[in-house]
Order: sequence, then C-alpha cells, then structure tokens
Amino acid sequence: MADNEQPGGPMEDLVRRHATRHTAPPGLAARISAVLAAAALEEGRADVPNRVAALRPAARFRPLALAASFLLAIVLSSGATWYVTASHGQDRLAREVVASHVRSMLGAHLTDVASSDQHTVKPWFDGKLDLSPPVVDLAGQGFPLVGGRLDYIDQHPAAALVYRYNQHVINVFVWRGDSAAIAPKPPAALQGYNLRHWQDGDMTFWTVSDVNGAELDVFVKGIKSASR
Amino acid sequence: MDIPTSHRDFERLALPHLDAAYNLARWLTRNDHDAQDVVQDAYLRAYKYFDGFRGENFRAWLLSVVRRAAYDWMKRNRPTEVVPAAEFDVESVASDGDADSPDAALLRKADRKMVNEMIAALPAAFREVVVLRELHELSYKEIAEIAEVPVGTVMSRLARARALLAADARRRLGEGGHGR
Repeated sequence: MADNEQPGGPMEDLVRRHATRHTAPPGLAARISAVLAAAALEEGRADVPNRVAALRPAARFRPLALAASFLLAIVLSSGATWYVTASHGQDRLAREVVASHVRSMLGAHLTDVASSDQHTVKPWFDGKLDLSPPVVDLAGQGFPLVGGRLDYIDQHPAAALVYRYNQHVINVFVWRGDSAAIAPKPPAALQGYNLRHWQDGDMTFWTVSDVNGAELDVFVKGIKSASR
Repeated sequence: MDIPTSHRDFERLALPHLDAAYNLARWLTRNDHDAQDVVQDAYLRAYKYFDGFRGENFRAWLLSVVRRAAYDWMKRNRPTEVVPAAEFDVESVASDGDADSPDAALLRKADRKMVNEMIAALPAAFREVVVLRELHELSYKEIAEIAEVPVGTVMSRLARARALLAADARRRLGEGGHGR
C-alpha cells in the first residue's frame, strides 16, 4: 500500500535485506486449532451456524411446525423418558469422544507409541488392554498410521489409534463393550468434527476427525475391510 | 456477520496470518517459546472477541490483538522492558537529522546476525514499528491501527528507530570516531 510513504533509505534496506522473517514453527497451527476447538466446546457455540441453518426452513412454516410438534409430543409422550435418556447418552458419549480427540491434539500427547508400522503399534497394546485392536495399513489410501495411545472413554480403557489424512488427525477409539446399547443413533457430526461409530463383535469403534464426511467414510470402509 | 462464528470459520480467516502473528510475537518477546504462547493466547482472545469485530482489515486487527497479548506477557515477565512509549515521542523527528546512515560501503559489512541483534536491541516501541514496516510491509495507517497511536507518531518513531539503528550500526562497524 503506497500512501505517500518515502522509499526506504539505507537503514531500511539493511533491515529488509537481513532481518529474519520468522515463520510459525510446525505444530503451532494444530495446537491453536485444538485450543480454539476446546474453547468452542466450552462455550458450546461450535455448531451454532449449523443449528441456525437448520432452523431457517422450519421458521418459514412456523404454525405448521408448531402443530407438528404438538402431535409429535402426544405420540411420543410415552416414549419420551426413554428418548431423552437415550439421546442424552449418545450425546454424552459423542461429546466425550470429541473431547478426547481435541485433548489428544492439545499438548504433546498425541501418541504413546509413535510409529507408522502396524506391526509396532499393535503389539504395543498387548498386556495394556483387554483387547487387541485391529491396526491396519491404509497409507496407500492416503491415511498413514501415526501411532497409538491409551485413552479412557465411557469408563472403559480404550485403544486410540492415530492416523493422518493430509494435515488432519484422525483418532480411532476402540474398547470392549457395546456402546450401541446406549447410543442407538449417534450424531454424524458434533462441534465441527465428523464422527462415525460401529460395532464389531464385542468391540466398539468410534472415529473422529475434522476431515470431511465423505473422506471419513472412505477411511472407515478401509478399516473395516482391512481388519477382516 | 450476525451469526456467531464457529471456530472453523475463524480458523479459515485467522490461520493464514499465523506466520505474521508469530513473527510479530517473536520480535516482541525475542524468543520462540514465549512467542508461541503469546500467539496461542492472542488467537484465543481474537476468537472470543471476534463477534465484536466490525472493522475492514482483519489482518491489522489480529496483529493488534497479538501485540496486546505480547505486551501483557512483557508486563508479567519483563516489566522493565515496557517503557511508556510517550517518553520517546516527545523527541521530534528533527532531532534525528544529524544521525546519518553510515556509508553504503560500510553497511555492506553488516550481516544477518548483526542486523537481527540491532533490531532486538531497540526499545519495544521502536522495534514493533520497524518490524511492522520493514518486515510486514504494512502502511503507516495499518501500523497506527495496530500500535494504537496516530499516524504521525508512527512516522516519528520510524525516523527515531532509523537513527538508533544507524548509530548502532556505526558503533558496531567501527565508524564514527566516538573513540571506542
């Protein structure tokens, strides 16, 4: 921007030529992302734009929506208590998974065992957990393994497997138990993160990341077929 | 924007300026670790206050938040360095007329290390305008916005900073006959 500013003299030249332009160290952006996500979780406003967008069409048909909600209330009243409990459960679990994902990126504790080799990561869990989580090699599909870590979710010790997609971190949580019982239909996205949940035998799987939904589906498909 | 901003939207807007934010914080704190803390703190503050941002120049606004975070950090950790800038501003540009730059041949002996040390040795009020002007290549108006001073003050601080740098360069390169 050239507002009548004088051209640089010799001292300005000297500074421009020699002074160091510091660039942000690697990892700072990811740490800031995590701090912001944590702040958003605290304020509970991360998903506000989605909510506003979702409300808009309904607002146009307010009388109808109102009537519908009355009808819904009557129909569901008997099941209301169950519904509230269940949705509370799935919401709580999804929140816990997202919070754990965010926490994993906050500090220097993304992995306890850092390796892109599944044959290093898988045995690391031996004796630490009551299950042997499937660790797969999806590097060919663009999801290299980063490592693994112990975590604790829904009062279960859990294996957390860390993969990467471009600059994005993907956490896969695995524990023994059936979370479908309390989470019949978990949300596919929460607080700006995409979530997927599935059950394989007595193992519960949750994966969470900020990669977009379609890519996360590809990832989940890869995990499922590779662990068969 | 009337809708509260999600952290993802804020990130898309703010992370492209991360190098600039870090560079300013790095020059103000003069070390990497504290600069990272300052930038992290600044981004969190900026995110929290972002809904109140109504200006046009987001980059300048973000850098002003970084600057404030850096000064808060300095007040906590190095209070002696935070000299009220007003002390410098009473000195007019005219008083620097005698502080000519060393001649070009001599300045060619200067290297990166020396120039970095010279800038680092400037009082913060001068250091920041030099960094914003010469390294970030911002306009006087933008610098005024970031440093929260009038444009005239930016200009006089730049002139004074130039004189201080020139005197320091002369001393380090052994010219000027001040008997050293």
